[in-house]
Amino acid sequence: MSKNININVHHVTRIEGHGNIVVNITDGKIEKCQWQVPEAPRFFEAMVRGRRYDDIQTIVSRICGICSISHSLVATRAVEDALKLEVSEQTDLVRHLLHYSEQLQSHVLHVGYLVAPDLFGEKSVVPLVPKATDAVKTIIKAHRVANQMSALLGGRITHPVTLTPGGMTRIPSNEELKTLKKELEAIVPDLVTICKVVLSVAAGLPDFTRDTEYVSLIQTHPRYKGTLTEYTFYHGDIISNDCNGAGAVPTSKWESVANEYVSPQSTAKWTKWHRASYAAGALARFNNQAEKLSPLGKQVAEMFGLKKGCCNPFMNSVAQLAEAAHVVEASLEIIDKLLTKGTKPEKVKVAPRAGRGHAGIEAPRGILFHSYEFDKNGQCVWGNCCIPTNQNHANIQLDFEKLVPQYMHEGEDALRQKMEMLVRSYDPCVSCSTHYLDITFVR
Amino acid sequence: MSKPRVAIFDFACCEGCQLQIVNLEEEILDLISVVDVVEWREAMSEQSHDYDIAIIEGSITRAEDEHRIQVIRSRAKILIALGACATIGGVNKMKNNFNLNEVKRCVYGKDADMPHLATTTTRAVHEVVPVDFKIHGCPINGEEFSRIIRDLLLGKKPFVPDYPVCVECKAKENVCRYEYDEICLGPISRAGCGAPCPTAGFRCFGCRGMVDNPNVEAAQEVMTKYNLTVEDLKQKTVLFNSK
Repeated sequence: MSKNININVHHVTRIEGHGNIVVNITDGKIEKCQWQVPEAPRFFEAMVRGRRYDDIQTIVSRICGICSISHSLVATRAVEDALKLEVSEQTDLVRHLLHYSEQLQSHVLHVGYLVAPDLFGEKSVVPLVPKATDAVKTIIKAHRVANQMSALLGGRITHPVTLTPGGMTRIPSNEELKTLKKELEAIVPDLVTICKVVLSVAAGLPDFTRDTEYVSLIQTHPRYKGTLTEYTFYHGDIISNDCNGAGAVPTSKWESVANEYVSPQSTAKWTKWHRASYAAGALARFNNQAEKLSPLGKQVAEMFGLKKGCCNPFMNSVAQLAEAAHVVEASLEIIDKLLTKGTKPEKVKVAPRAGRGHAGIEAPRGILFHSYEFDKNGQCVWGNCCIPTNQNHANIQLDFEKLVPQYMHEGEDALRQKMEMLVRSYDPCVSCSTHYLDITFVR
Repeated sequence: MSKPRVAIFDFACCEGCQLQIVNLEEEILDLISVVDVVEWREAMSEQSHDYDIAIIEGSITRAEDEHRIQVIRSRAKILIALGACATIGGVNKMKNNFNLNEVKRCVYGKDADMPHLATTTTRAVHEVVPVDFKIHGCPINGEEFSRIIRDLLLGKKPFVPDYPVCVECKAKENVCRYEYDEICLGPISRAGCGAPCPTAGFRCFGCRGMVDNPNVEAAQEVMTKYNLTVEDLKQKTVLFNSK
């Protein structure tokens, strides 16, 4: 076995955005081991200045194509916080549905199209089409249903147009909701099939653990206590396994959690809270609220032996599968609630006012914060966003530092593959955080 | 005949347009049966320098990206700009309304001068290298993408509408957004999207760019009718149609 390893992965593939992996090992000594983020910065916080309060969600939705719904939702809610606007229960429920559609779409896409090829030993989903046609078609079907749900509730699949400060521009009709309900019920068996397919190759997930801090929202909204939506992606305060009963932090204080800093390795800012790094995403949410998952969500976790307190980052993909099952059941519960009362269109009236507002939400890949300030005419004068992938960069770096010594004896190719898989397991959305992943092996 | 070799590359953008290709769902299986996708970083690990058609998503915002797009152009027989960031610069061009150093300081503070945070004026792809076809929208419309690719494979010139969104919006029988006291860019924006935004109760914000010769007089008439000014309309074009 060579004692020299030189990995230089420029732009890791099958992730959203750009990242590089660089590892130099000489005579068995690790000289360099870096996760680099070279994505082209886009300066959204600067660009929103001067724009009106009701154009903000349209602009910042474009931070990310995969989590555009989360960005639009959190921006809309931060604007509502600044303008002191309350929304109706109907709007809140419909927004939850819209948000669930994105979780489902993103999780199916990530596990099915980006992670599964590694487990099957392929370079993409394309060679899986002839090899596992039925499985691929089942994944496509679940993905399509999730997208149709986004289109119904958001006006289009990506970059929704129904969100506006104070409400929704369009509320789905009872008939549309009944059709959606049938479609969601029909994909439950498909999700189980997808889980079984992934389970058949789950031995390929490395048995690697590193104790870290897991940060997510925890439900505080009384309306959702005791419902499936108690497992929260939307309302709530910020919590972690390091809070030790000290209480959760309101999202308005997110800056004191993220403690953002600029790393010379990255065009995206990095974050840390109680430790040198923390993790956000499906595994963080699962670790902080697993007991609130829906019955099918729990069943999926059990299939894979995923338990609360898991600190194997590769299990994030399994937590995503459990959440995919969960959001379908939680959506069905909300649809029933909406149908009980019947939906009706809403009229939104908003008066601009000066103020600063904040909001936090769980994007599919982790907790996401936006803040904005407006002048008395409703023009934005300041904005600040903190994206989940940024919050994972430092944690990926520290995982690398433990993973490389543990697996370097397996040789360059195996090590590179594990490092790429590790990055993918975080489901990074580097365009969000800005963009990039690059691995380098030195021989 | 060998299948055309297609490569997809992304620059500064949200990658939402690539996602619309994935969102073709079952249809993507048909498309990949008639072309060879040789590079697509977001979806596959293979890479290639040998391709016939390059599909470019995103705007050009850095010196190194200018070099990269020139290399891609030199290798491709046909270069397609995919989505608003590539075709018109899109939201990325809002940055051009500010002083670049000030923009960097606003986001990165005291670290703004670190070399890896360098940025240049945002440009659409055709402002850097020649572009053969544009697929408009933020995001693109998957059906239109599929139609344009099929036309190219058949040697047909793809049709891109040069009439305003109002035409398609009227066909959907929507009530005009101006009746709701909103400023809608439908009268001057390029159609082809099927007006999904006004249909969902939201104004058009011009993500497909403007028609080649916007009917300024007609737009002025609309503004006068609703007690608005052309300046009000221009303000709304900042989002996707900044210079």
